[in-house]
Amino acid sequence: MKKLINKPEDVVAQSLGGVAAAHGDLVKVLYNPNIVVRADAPVQGKVGVISGGGSGHEPMHGGFVGMGMLDAACPGDVFTSPTPDQMEAATKAVNGGAGVLHIVKNYTGDVMNFEMAAELCQAEGIEVVAVVTNDDVAVQDSLYTAGRRGVGITVLAEKICGAAAEKRMNLQQVADICRKVNDQGRSMGMALTSCTVPAAGKPTFDIGENEMEIGIGIHGEPGRKRMELKSADEITEMLAEAIISDLPYKNGDSVIAMVNGMGGTPLIELYIVYNKLNQICQAKGIKIVRNLVGNYITSLEMQGCSITLLKTDDELTALWDAPVHTPALRWGV
Amino acid sequence: MVNRDNLLAWIDALAQVYADNKQYLTQLDSNIGDADHGINMDRGFQAVKADLAKTNPADISSVLKTVAMALIRTVGGASGPLYGTFFMRASTACVNKNELGPADVVALFEAGLEGIVQRGKAELNDKTMVDAQKPALEAMKQALADNNDLQTILQKGVAAAEEGMKNTIPLQAKKGRASYLGERSIGHQDPGATSSYLMLKAAADIWA
Repeated sequence: MKKLINKPEDVVAQSLGGVAAAHGDLVKVLYNPNIVVRADAPVQGKVGVISGGGSGHEPMHGGFVGMGMLDAACPGDVFTSPTPDQMEAATKAVNGGAGVLHIVKNYTGDVMNFEMAAELCQAEGIEVVAVVTNDDVAVQDSLYTAGRRGVGITVLAEKICGAAAEKRMNLQQVADICRKVNDQGRSMGMALTSCTVPAAGKPTFDIGENEMEIGIGIHGEPGRKRMELKSADEITEMLAEAIISDLPYKNGDSVIAMVNGMGGTPLIELYIVYNKLNQICQAKGIKIVRNLVGNYITSLEMQGCSITLLKTDDELTALWDAPVHTPALRWGV
Repeated sequence: MVNRDNLLAWIDALAQVYADNKQYLTQLDSNIGDADHGINMDRGFQAVKADLAKTNPADISSVLKTVAMALIRTVGGASGPLYGTFFMRASTACVNKNELGPADVVALFEAGLEGIVQRGKAELNDKTMVDAQKPALEAMKQALADNNDLQTILQKGVAAAEEGMKNTIPLQAKKGRASYLGERSIGHQDPGATSSYLMLKAAADIWA
């Protein structure tokens, strides 16, 4: 294992220390339990929006804390769900009297820990609604699995729900927007290489020099199939086809498109993917009205990418365009 | 009979067992999960030990509750809520008891398993910790009904847990992160079933 770390057990805390040092104007970092909170939290009268998950997916979620997006994030250990005391502390820290939305990615651990946290908060009279994202089309057999995983759409949902909360929509309205984004969003990813969890010290899976994993999860969980490495265009076609046929996205639809890097793939390659994705969408009459290209929901140093499409309308696009000021996403301010 | 000191000895032994099996459980988890189960269980039980030393709970039920809260706070993943719920329910089952006889010990494991099933919604053969715990509980209930002593009851439970754990190898996972592997989860022993087997085995070893 070759990593820019000090000790594996200090990775999360020291990285959070860096976030606090770099972005003290936007966020504050609290420890034991570890949470990243918007600097001016709680915002009175505004629905609080929080999320959380294992660390190792940066900038998600801590990088999305700030005006117009998340009010707080709960970073767990690397690839391990945060614990209920973190979500409870985050919920209390951001509760401005209008209730708190929990955006939860569909992983068994995340869902259970957020459930326990919601029970603890509700017992203290804080109104909490949880929305679970599950946009990963790689998981085909949802009946016999833990269900589709929550991946790229979570980034878009956090942005859009954050904007809805800034507009002082109430908790039910913000939760409805979140469900709509999830329902109209689909993603799929792929990996060229494995990632290495610092505490594990060796790659999570073995993959040959000429192989790739299509449908990879953001923790290196296997996807649909292992196959021989193909060109960027062919890979983009595979991902886009699986996503577009699933919702399905149709001729005349407007979408927000994200081409996301898994952490170890350079932007020059992500733009090759975006170029092809744009051609595919154009050929099908699907209009990409907004886009994101970059590393937003990563899997440590894994090489690969994911594509997310969100079918949008005037309301969602306006919320997307609303000002946002976080360490990792900023526009309109 | 199991008194508060015996219970603490079991928890102490568990901390040692999970420290000793940290790499093993993590290796099992890297085959079909996310390569952290041993790391998480070890971290959790180190926190349990620290909390018990700090708060020195007075009775069996509060010892179990302290274990539950420490696990919920520190383990994360799915194992945190699941084992946390196990010990929380076990704590409730032991309220006002200063000593646990054979029936009380079986009741402790039964309450714990009920909590795990409610939280995780897993059924037998989903390739989870339930696959070790449920057969173990059934074997212990049968042994209790047959008027065996605690040692025999636990030994039968351990044997059934071990068999259940090994039975997870040919199963395809239907719950948890391993379920995403589909057929590729076949051929690997479930890490949660393994940590559950270790938990019962430590009790049998310590309370023998």
